[in-house]
Amino acid sequence: MLPTVSPVETAWSGDAPLVSVRDLSFRRGDRMIFNDLNLEIRRGQVTAIMGPSGTGKTTLLRLIGGQIRPEAGRIDVDGLCVHELSRQELYRLRQRMGVLFQSGALFTDLSVFENVAFPLREHTRLPERLIRTLALMKLEAVGLRGARDLMPAQLSGGMARRVALARAIALDPMMMLYDEPFAGQDPISMGVLVKLIRTLNDALGLTSIIVSHDVKETAVIADYLYLISEGRVVEHGTPEELHRSPSAWVDQFMHARPDGPMSFHYAAPPYADDLLSRDVG
Amino acid sequence: MIAILTGLGRWVLGKLARLGRANLFLLSLLGALTFLFKRPSLLIRQLYAVGVLSLPIILVSGLFVGMVLGLQGYANLVDFGATASLGTVVALSLIRELGPVLTALLYAGRAGSALTAEIGLMKATEQLASMQMMAVDPFPRVLAPRFLAGCLAVPILTGIFTAVGILGGYFVAVMQLGVDGGAFWAQMQAKVLLFEDIVNGVIIKSIVFGVLANWIALFEGYEALPTSEGVSLATTRTVVITSLAILGWDFLLTALMFGVW
Repeated sequence: MLPTVSPVETAWSGDAPLVSVRDLSFRRGDRMIFNDLNLEIRRGQVTAIMGPSGTGKTTLLRLIGGQIRPEAGRIDVDGLCVHELSRQELYRLRQRMGVLFQSGALFTDLSVFENVAFPLREHTRLPERLIRTLALMKLEAVGLRGARDLMPAQLSGGMARRVALARAIALDPMMMLYDEPFAGQDPISMGVLVKLIRTLNDALGLTSIIVSHDVKETAVIADYLYLISEGRVVEHGTPEELHRSPSAWVDQFMHARPDGPMSFHYAAPPYADDLLSRDVG
Repeated sequence: MIAILTGLGRWVLGKLARLGRANLFLLSLLGALTFLFKRPSLLIRQLYAVGVLSLPIILVSGLFVGMVLGLQGYANLVDFGATASLGTVVALSLIRELGPVLTALLYAGRAGSALTAEIGLMKATEQLASMQMMAVDPFPRVLAPRFLAGCLAVPILTGIFTAVGILGGYFVAVMQLGVDGGAFWAQMQAKVLLFEDIVNGVIIKSIVFGVLANWIALFEGYEALPTSEGVSLATTRTVVITSLAILGWDFLLTALMFGVW
C-alpha cells in the first residue's frame, strides 16, 4: 500500500489556490481511477502532476477542464465548481483556460495562422488586422511566425505542439493545462518546449499544470510536484523535496530505477500455474 | 437459457440507448442550424465538399442507368409495338424510384462515408475535444454545416441524376434505336405528373433520404471509437445502415405515395 499524503498538511501561504481538488473519486467501468484524491494548484506557479503511465493523469486534466464529471468530490477552478456549472458557464470558464493536447490537436484543414487565429475569430469581434497582429505575436512567441502559411501536415511533431501552444495562449488565459507536453519529442524540441512553458508562465502571469512522466524535464521547470499512483497523491512538494524523499516509491520514480516497490509485472496469477494451466487462451 | 435472455436483453437495451442518442444528436443538429445564418461561409464550403465533388459519380451513374433503362425498355416494348411509351417508362422509373434511391445510395458511399471518416478522425485526433476546450461547440461549427449542406445537396443531385438519366435514355432510344423523338417527349409530358410523380419522387423522397444519409453519417462519426479500427468500423456501418434505411424508407414512402392500400 502506498503512503497517502494530503496537500492540506503542507502550510502554504499566499492567495487561495486557483484549482482545488477535494475528495475526488472517479471510476471507469469497474476500475477505480481516483479514490479520495486531494490536491491544490497555486496561482502563478508551474505545478506538475506526475506518475506512472495509466494512473489517470490525463483523466485528471479532463476532470479539471470539465470534459468528464467526477463520481464524488469536487473540483473548483477560480472558485467555481466545474461540474456544477451550466454549459454556458463552463464555456465561459474554458475561455480562460488553455489546453495543450498530447497530439497537438491542430485543425488539419486550417493553416498554422488560421489555427492560431481560430479562438480569436470565435470569441472576439476584433477587426481582421488586429487578429492578424495578435496571431503573429503568439506565433512569434513560440518561434514559428515564419511557418504561418504551412499546413499542420507539413509540421514536425515539435512544431505542431508549439503551434498548438500558440493557439492555446491566443486568448491570454489565466491557466494552461499541458497534457504530456514532452512525449515523443527529440532533445532539441523538448528543450524548446521546457523553456517555452516556463517563460510563458512567467511572462504572461499564467498558472500552469503539467501532466507528465518525464521526470527530468518536468522537475526543471516545476515549482511544485504531485506524484500520484493508484488513485491517490503519494507525495508532493518542491522538486528538491521530492528528490530527497525517504519514500522508496518516490525514490524509484524520481530516479527512474528499474527495481523498487513498483512492480515491473502487471498483476497476474502465479507464473507456474499459468504455464501448467489446461485453459487455452 | 437465462444467459441467452440476459444477452438478448442487454443487446436490445444497447440498441435502444443508441437510438435514443441518435435522436438527441439529431435534435442538437437541428438546434444548431440557426448558427449558419451568422456564418454562411461554413455552409458553402461544405456544399462544395459534399455536393460539387459528388457530381462526377452522379453524372456518370445517371447517364448509364438511363441508357440501360432505354435498352431494357426498348427490348420489352418493341414486341408490343409500344416503343413510343419508352419516354414514359424511362422518366417514371427515374423520377419515382431510381433517381432518389440510387442518388442517395451513391451519396452514402461517396460523401456519407467521407463525413463519417472525417468526424471520426477529428474525434480520434482530439480536434473536437480541443474545440470544446476552446469553448467552441462543435455542433454549430462543425456538424450543422455538414448536415445542412448534405440535406441540400441530395435533392439537387437527385434532380441532376434524373435529368441526365432521361437524356441517357433518349440517347439510346431515339439516337441509337430509332424511336420517334417526338413520341418519346410527348408521351413523357403527358404521363408524368408534377405533384404525384416529381414532387413525391424527386423532391420528398430525396429530402427524406438526404436527412437519413447525413444524420447517420455524422452520428456514426461522432460515436466512433477514437482508434483507426473504430473509424474504419464506423465508416462501414454508415454505408450499410444508410443503404438499408434508404431502401426501407423507400418502400414506406412508395406505399404511402403510390400504394393501393
